[in-house]
Amino acid sequence: MSNNSILVIGGGFSGLTAALEAAEVGHEVFIVEKMPYLGGRVAQLKHYFPKLCPPSCGLEINFQRIKNNPRVKYFTLAEVVSVSGGPGNYEVKIRIKPRYVNNNCTACDKCVQVCPVERDSDFDFNTGKTKAIYRPHLMSFPMRYVIDDQVCEGTSCAKCVEACEYQAIDLEEKEKEIVLNVGSVVVATGWVPYDVTKLTNLGGGQISNVITNMQLERLAAPAGPTEGKIQRPSDGAEPKRIAFVQCAGSRDQNHLDYCSYICCMASLKHCTYIREQYPDAEVVIYYIDLRAPGRYEKFLNKIQEDDKVLMVKGKVAKIEEEAGSGDVIVTAEDIMGGVKVEERFNLVVLATGMQPSIAVEDLALDVSRDEHGFITGGEEKGVFAVGCAKMPLDVMTSAETATGAALKAIQTVRR
Amino acid sequence: MADKKTGVYICTDCEIGENVNMEKVMEYIDEECSPAVLKQVPFLCGKEGVAQIQSDVDNEGINRVCVAACSPRVMWDVFDFGPEVVVDRANIRELAVWSFKDPGLPESEEDEMSDPLTMMVRDYIKMSVAKLERKTKPEAEPLELDKTIMVLGGGFTGLTAALDAAETGYDVVLVEKESSLGGFAAKLYKQTPTKPPYEQAETPVINELISRVEGNDKIKVMTKTSLQLIKGAPGKFKATVKQGDEEQVLSIGSVILATGWKPYDAKKLDSLGYGKIKNVVTNVELEQLAKEGKLNRPSDGQPILSAAFIQCAGQRDPEHLPYCSSVCCMGSLKQAGYVREQNDEAKAYIFYKDMRTPGVYESYYRAAQDDPGIFLTKAEIQEVTEGENGKVLVKVTDSLLGEDFEVEVDLLVLATGMVPTIADEPVLKLGYRLGEQIPDLDLFDGFADSNYICFPYETRRTGIYAAGCVRQPMSMSTAKDDAAGAALKSIQCLESINRGVSVHPRSGDPGYPKFNMVRCTQCKRCTEECPFGALDDDEKGTPEPNTTRCRRCGTCMGACPERVISFDDYSVSMLNEMIGSIQVPEDEEEGGYRMLVLVCENDAYPALDMAAMRKNKWSSYVRFIPIRCLGSVNTQWIAEAMSKGMDGVLLLGCKYGDDYQCHFIKGSELCNKRMDNIGETLERLQVEAERVQQKQVSIDEYDKIPKIIDDFIEQIEGFGPNPYKGF
Repeated sequence: MSNNSILVIGGGFSGLTAALEAAEVGHEVFIVEKMPYLGGRVAQLKHYFPKLCPPSCGLEINFQRIKNNPRVKYFTLAEVVSVSGGPGNYEVKIRIKPRYVNNNCTACDKCVQVCPVERDSDFDFNTGKTKAIYRPHLMSFPMRYVIDDQVCEGTSCAKCVEACEYQAIDLEEKEKEIVLNVGSVVVATGWVPYDVTKLTNLGGGQISNVITNMQLERLAAPAGPTEGKIQRPSDGAEPKRIAFVQCAGSRDQNHLDYCSYICCMASLKHCTYIREQYPDAEVVIYYIDLRAPGRYEKFLNKIQEDDKVLMVKGKVAKIEEEAGSGDVIVTAEDIMGGVKVEERFNLVVLATGMQPSIAVEDLALDVSRDEHGFITGGEEKGVFAVGCAKMPLDVMTSAETATGAALKAIQTVRR
Repeated sequence: MADKKTGVYICTDCEIGENVNMEKVMEYIDEECSPAVLKQVPFLCGKEGVAQIQSDVDNEGINRVCVAACSPRVMWDVFDFGPEVVVDRANIRELAVWSFKDPGLPESEEDEMSDPLTMMVRDYIKMSVAKLERKTKPEAEPLELDKTIMVLGGGFTGLTAALDAAETGYDVVLVEKESSLGGFAAKLYKQTPTKPPYEQAETPVINELISRVEGNDKIKVMTKTSLQLIKGAPGKFKATVKQGDEEQVLSIGSVILATGWKPYDAKKLDSLGYGKIKNVVTNVELEQLAKEGKLNRPSDGQPILSAAFIQCAGQRDPEHLPYCSSVCCMGSLKQAGYVREQNDEAKAYIFYKDMRTPGVYESYYRAAQDDPGIFLTKAEIQEVTEGENGKVLVKVTDSLLGEDFEVEVDLLVLATGMVPTIADEPVLKLGYRLGEQIPDLDLFDGFADSNYICFPYETRRTGIYAAGCVRQPMSMSTAKDDAAGAALKSIQCLESINRGVSVHPRSGDPGYPKFNMVRCTQCKRCTEECPFGALDDDEKGTPEPNTTRCRRCGTCMGACPERVISFDDYSVSMLNEMIGSIQVPEDEEEGGYRMLVLVCENDAYPALDMAAMRKNKWSSYVRFIPIRCLGSVNTQWIAEAMSKGMDGVLLLGCKYGDDYQCHFIKGSELCNKRMDNIGETLERLQVEAERVQQKQVSIDEYDKIPKIIDDFIEQIEGFGPNPYKGF
């Protein structure tokens, strides 16, 4: 007999959308998310383009929908171990890592105050630090803290356990395994930013004042590592001249040969972040093609009206650090001007692209992918890829594909 | 129905007990509310705390529970005692204890006046009890409905959507105004790549799609048919269609609008030679020539040995279409391929502003770049003239070559854009009081789009979902997914109606506005202000509600001057009673001012919670009441607050304007308009208009909250106390 429930692997925006849309038609849905919070990449953004609205707005509505719908069950710190069976009847083994913090957590923050260990914040792409016990981010859902067991000193320290008034911390919590029976699977595993350290000619990971587009998002975010201040990593100074290097590692046969779709719009959006804080900062965007398709064109027009933003068609060949000042020297071609330029900037943002997460960390699911790791098949098996697991997409098209996939998943289980 | 028995449970943890005078609070509540049960409980959200409440529910018959503790946004799954028990959360942690700023008032000797924080907690609990007394849990009323889905438009998107719905088990009526199915997709010679490695144009799938639709018995295909009218509401639409001379009325549950696009009028591009030079055609015309196997020079039928393509013809241009049509870059690469495949020696020049082959489709661009016969460059078009022998001369400047040059070609193709079919002719024809089309199309350049990035299918007409190029310029690959999305939403709408609940954003809400028509004065405000056109009216002007069109925002309730409209769990009188239970000190120098703050629960309330969580503090003179939407604010509430002697009312809600954030479209905007009327009334009463203000707050503007509140307080303090205080 076919099982009516649907598994969604990944609790980012695509996964949440697919799950909620299917649940509101009437199906039981399970969301399996490997991070300690739902929301995925969009929770790390300050604003969406082109509306410049905060991601937490749509996420808040989606979390309300989850709260009001008993058909949606979610697991965080959870990963798929194995999938067996076929469409209509899948058996999925899920491994749930220990959070070490239970439902009693009231988010009072007392544990953080006494924790002696600091770690690099992966949520902030290493632009900031947290303690070993931490709240994933300001508006985390579920609102419970979590312990990074790679750095936690465990029971020999236990200062957090002492400080917690609600017995919310259990340092001995163990990994769990559960089995879910579902009829179809939606793969919403999303994307990771391309590894910037591979962009050696662009100073990626080596020059302190060369950051990535996602790192800029975190610096600009109001509750981020710098409380929203865009500042140079080397000395915390206000950047007066900023360069954006488009297609950093994308459209490049040495790295990712496809286009990552969102980086043009993201950099244009970043101009608004900069302009909001620094009315006089000068920005130069080095691009190959300005990809603002469809009605996004109007957003491009808006940024083009900013006379302190210069858009230069040309590839950046080399990026070097100037010793002492921390300034960054960018060597690029200005194709339209027909010259090679060497320009000095206080801060350089590499608009790095996206890779599907499963290209970097494999998923225990047998489904066809292309050479880049994007999922290309699976429909006949009742497996449906959505969002950036499928191809580089923006939030709106991710929501689109997710809504459609919810339908396909429902068709599979109804058969 | 059982009598209402209220239990009040006050949590003493999370710093509440250590900061609030619990005994005083218990005393006040006992005296002023006399709840059946009143308890202070440590760690109320813990297992034992919850068990205490459960035990009272089981043994004392408690069916109204006030949880005075943390925000309703947290521990939401913990305080659930079954369908018979109504629970209200009094937020005394974030909105009182955590954000408390001591106003520095002299300590009071009177018993009445306790410290400000204690007074605040007492007010919140009293408001919660007042709310519980008036709140009934709405019961879902499942409706009998028609589950047939109507798809308007038999092109690629419409065909796909029809199949998607049919294959999920629903009956579909597909209405197409032309005599054959397929739309523009049927006119393609080849289609741009949809499969990896995305390097080659493909055989169009449209014919296969048409056969599948025609062969599916759940789909009734009506060609040469046009829509005349849609009346009714989701689940019970009556759609009148006309096929030839015959009219038919169909019973429909939901509608998918997939009427697609038409090409931009190339006659407006005479500056590029169209209409003047014979061998200048549009991309649509070229496709037709290719499909008919007649890819030759239009002037004399001679072979095309060279062709030039001008991208963004009449687009990305304030004089023509301001937007980009997304697909023409890919389209021209494909058509350059047509020219090349006919003759090895043929050359194609593509002049672009930006080459928009995003994402994985970059490979198609690369394949074109690898073709020695295709020459691509960014360039500005300086001039198009006719050369000798029918040739077209294209002069370009600002190219990648760094110099101006001219090409002489057999054929010039203008890559013109797409205009949605609904842009200038009414396609939808809704028989709604508020108009036949989806409103505000100019916001979307004529497209039937959603203003929400996160919720791409939410139009302003419930049960009507747009997909494909009528929604946004998009490729066939994207349209395929879009069709499935719209099909899901149209099915979800039907299933929600079936269960008697609302759709987005109050998904699953069984309640709906109830009208007590006896008091109606036919002012028509509710009818005209409903953002979703949910209300029609009769000849006298009495509103005719259509529950399945309704999104439960309460804008109608906010508009009504006679308080005709209410929800089971949200009404004008409920909030009046809540406002009435706020204690207003007679002397503001002793007890402080009092301001009411009505907070939209979608964006402003979470911002408040976060502000408190980040240890922000603000004036203790404010009393927050969460509401569904600022659109639901009834001026009665403001009148109630002012007549009770409150010194000001602040409304916090979502941003309005073109980039509106309001989840109910017009709520905060309407509220703002209504505030102007309130201002006038206040001034007539010799009260400052600025005592009532509305501020826009985004969910991430939590750090601005203290200043917004404190600035408001400062202004009010400047005016002095409400002159009607103590009357």
